[in-house]
Amino acid sequence: MKSLLVGIIFLATSLFLNQTAFAAHMLMARTPQSFPEAMLKLQEVIRNKGYVVSRVQRVDIGLTSSGYQTDKYRVVFYGVPEEIARLSKKYPALISYLPLKISIFAEGKDTILVTANPQHLKKAGDAALARAINKWERDLVDIFAEMREEE
Amino acid sequence: MPRQPIYAYILVLLFLSPGLVHAAPNGQQLYLQHCAACHGNEGNGGVGVPLALPAFQASVDDQFLVDTVRLGRPGRVMPGFSFLKQQEIHAIVTHIRTWVTATPPEFGKARIKGDIKRGKQLYAQHCTACHGANGEGGHGTGVTFSRPRDLPIIAPSLSNSGFLTAASDQLIKKTLIEGRKGTPMLSAVERGLTEKDVDDVVAFVRSFEDHSIPADHLDFAAEPLTMEYESPFSFDKTIEKVKQAVIGMNFRVIREQKLEEGLVEQGKENPKQVMVYFCNFQLLNEALAVDPRVGLFLPCRVTILEEKGKVKLVAINPKRLSGLFNNNELNKLCEGMYETYTEIMEEATL
Repeated sequence: MKSLLVGIIFLATSLFLNQTAFAAHMLMARTPQSFPEAMLKLQEVIRNKGYVVSRVQRVDIGLTSSGYQTDKYRVVFYGVPEEIARLSKKYPALISYLPLKISIFAEGKDTILVTANPQHLKKAGDAALARAINKWERDLVDIFAEMREEE
Repeated sequence: MPRQPIYAYILVLLFLSPGLVHAAPNGQQLYLQHCAACHGNEGNGGVGVPLALPAFQASVDDQFLVDTVRLGRPGRVMPGFSFLKQQEIHAIVTHIRTWVTATPPEFGKARIKGDIKRGKQLYAQHCTACHGANGEGGHGTGVTFSRPRDLPIIAPSLSNSGFLTAASDQLIKKTLIEGRKGTPMLSAVERGLTEKDVDDVVAFVRSFEDHSIPADHLDFAAEPLTMEYESPFSFDKTIEKVKQAVIGMNFRVIREQKLEEGLVEQGKENPKQVMVYFCNFQLLNEALAVDPRVGLFLPCRVTILEEKGKVKLVAINPKRLSGLFNNNELNKLCEGMYETYTEIMEEATL
């Protein structure tokens, strides 16, 4: 009876966790907010998830002179300081991908966010790293879901 | 463990598990999550085709949409969503159909017979300008990026394996005959083609199947995550060598910072993990035109680190990252970027 219960718990837990599983290589979101509003909100949502925004990088120099009507393109870097210190030492192959980042740019009146699904980084390590990566992915899915909301 | 809480736990999980409860998938929610970034919240297009365009909806059947969502367009940005359940894909299609009231067409899978050789001539005359001589389609992603553009959509690749699987001959014929109002695709009939001509063009387009353009055969998953070099120089000298090499490759050094800068209190960063950021603006604009998502690569960066007395240079492997984008044009650019990184890192460690 006990093993049956354990089996059912395992099955139900797997199915529950599967609900949030994500298999896309790229994670993307469109928000109807203007670029400045979306920029502010993104940083707030990232911080609310327990991360530190380390830097916002402009990637727009020369864009307008190349025929683009916008200079609204940024890359937002973020991470958990202790985690970055620990993982960058333990998994050197990961270092080039840290801090984590999200690209954000204006698309007409909307704003688009995009990042690579961190699942592709699993190759760099072991089960402990996989757990960290799964959390990054879940957080990104949450962050993007919150960004899609208008308010 | 008391039995009652276990049962309560199971009940809660069973309630929340979609696989067991079989709650109907929410098409709108799924669309917003997976499609809206490219196609727009209301299907007005952007990176992707404007799905809400009445002429588009009038010329495609549900099966075309289902197959397109499932298979995507290999190498043409649109990814396949084969990880979605069949009912989830159908829910997305149902949602897409809510934007237009007209009843969608239904097409059989029957092949249309036509003269391929003649179709090829007609195709060259009427279709090549937009769709390419070999059906390769227009260039770029179609994202406006707030940039003025001449066309509301990028001409689709007709030789793409995803398109050829999803589109029936009848669908292609109807599109040719009626055109797509709101796009540059004109009606073949208005251009003076007869039904026989159209059948010949359909037969020619179908013949692309014999040599359809798949995604690049680059096995990106087999590529290492990073490029790594060991430096024979001291940590500080290696940083200087990297900067010199970057400038030597016509890039501009835009920033040097410690990996932990901005994350920990100033002065407490690991001093032996330093990133050198650099950029070539012409290359940047080229890359953004090919795929606006390349911000993920940017700015270009080499990280210099010292561990156990060894100085190393590491960088992302552009060929590995490129595979995530499903964009053949970007793959080519990334192969060039891989060579550039190689030259910079070799030069810095010589």
